[in-house]
Amino acid sequence: MEFTRKLLHLMERNATYTAKDIAELLGEDEKKVAEEIARLQETGVILGTKTLINWEKIAPELTVAIIELKVTPQKGEGFDKIAREIYAFPEVRSVTLMSGGYDLAVTVVGNSMKDVAMFVGEKLSTLDTVLSTATHFVLKNYKVDGVLYADEPKDERVITL
Amino acid sequence: MNGTKNNQDSFNPISFVNKQVRNIPPSGIRRFFDIAATMDDVISLGVGEPDFVTPWHIRSEAVKSLEKGRTYYTANAGLLELRKEIANYMEETIHVSYHPEKEIVVTVGASEALDATLRALIEPGDEVLIPEPSFVCYKPCTVLAGGIPVPIETKAEDGFKLTPELLQNAITSKTKLLVLPYPNNPTGGIMTEDDLSKIVPIIKEANLMVISDEIYSELTYTGKHVSIATFDGMKDRTVVINGFSKAFAMTGWRLGFACAHPDVLSAILKIHQYGIMSAPTFSQYAAIEALKNGRPDIERMKEEYNIRRKFLVDALNDLGMTCFNPYGAFYVFPSIRKFGMDSEDFCQALLTEQRLAVVPGTAFGDSGEGYVRISYAYSQENIKKALKRLEAFAKSRS
Repeated sequence: MEFTRKLLHLMERNATYTAKDIAELLGEDEKKVAEEIARLQETGVILGTKTLINWEKIAPELTVAIIELKVTPQKGEGFDKIAREIYAFPEVRSVTLMSGGYDLAVTVVGNSMKDVAMFVGEKLSTLDTVLSTATHFVLKNYKVDGVLYADEPKDERVITL
Repeated sequence: MNGTKNNQDSFNPISFVNKQVRNIPPSGIRRFFDIAATMDDVISLGVGEPDFVTPWHIRSEAVKSLEKGRTYYTANAGLLELRKEIANYMEETIHVSYHPEKEIVVTVGASEALDATLRALIEPGDEVLIPEPSFVCYKPCTVLAGGIPVPIETKAEDGFKLTPELLQNAITSKTKLLVLPYPNNPTGGIMTEDDLSKIVPIIKEANLMVISDEIYSELTYTGKHVSIATFDGMKDRTVVINGFSKAFAMTGWRLGFACAHPDVLSAILKIHQYGIMSAPTFSQYAAIEALKNGRPDIERMKEEYNIRRKFLVDALNDLGMTCFNPYGAFYVFPSIRKFGMDSEDFCQALLTEQRLAVVPGTAFGDSGEGYVRISYAYSQENIKKALKRLEAFAKSRS
């Protein structure tokens, strides 16, 4: 378990590590690492790998919003059915069931604020079980999924001795 | 002689500088990196401090202490609460009991503790044994205290340990002190309980005091650090020096401590009192938090260092740079013999040709010739980039 945890931490930090790299870093056998990665993929622990992109730098017009949704849970389905309906939209990047003042947190990406607002007005709020929406536009990312966006960390160390 | 009013023309500032100080060469690490600093796109594996920022809960205690207006001096020996925590820490880690009010002083880094201890103990002409390669401070501080540094050349094939033979051969009637720099900077060598048990009788026989610099004690990768002070009859013979810089990533806070017999401690304290007064107050409040709740931080950072350590050692061996397996600190000390160059030339060539900065082994004593120090207190990405450059260098020379 300790081995699996360490392996996952490394892969989470850098998806380009090969089984050989990880074997070197952990001082383990390469074959053992490759087998463990395969097992984790099969069991759905590792869902996939992708590249982290700071889109703000290349497409500043992209607009991200976090929408708070209050919905009516349905008999026998709870929130699952409505969540599935919502995540089917390609504009939706994430759907999360929340505790507290609202039910679903939905992250939506569009080409402009108007785009996003139209999507919320026409697609989300018109769904039968949706009671209300509150749209919050993302203005600036500082840290997303553990990665710093706004402030590049700089090595300020100097040689003293 | 010194300049006077009547003799303005011959005024020569350097003639005012103490001759002994003039004769001390500047640190070999600094000299080299002053060159690196003038170049662009240099990757460095040179620094000797953690790349981690001090954990937030520790920084936050310093902020709180400032908010509360705790901006006064502390007791000369440091906040009693901190000394109590240090006593607990020593009890837990090396299993030696120190009295917080009589046997512990909080200093401005382990460096100050080392300097003050040497000055408190050395009489003119006393010989101080210094296993090398080792940290660059021991020699100059010994000289400045009036002592005579006697280097002991340790060897890679012995794991850079201080062997009983080497120790015995270096002892003369003038020998007073042994500096024990383990876990070792720059080699990563350690002294195990078994290794120490072999030198303890020699130390007692020759009636020496030991200055045990244990600043890297938390960074050992093959079992827990053992202090020589734990051996029967050795507590009173040993000044244990440690600090917060390496274990808790607190270099800039400048906080260390010394633990010693009350008679020795009060001498160190006298020097500390007149030279420093007391260590910075907010640093001391932060250090209390570090000792109380910092254990998980140490383990987290150590795990990361260990990953890099294995990676570097493997990679260097693949490049044919035979590398003694370092068991402590955050350095590797590979041999560069296969390049047929001396350490300085190697580092110079690596810097000019590949823009990669490492430290020549000779910065840590003559016995460092044929080696370079590579620090792994850098991100894995940085280390990987650096290794590519090193590989290119090795290829161009093969």
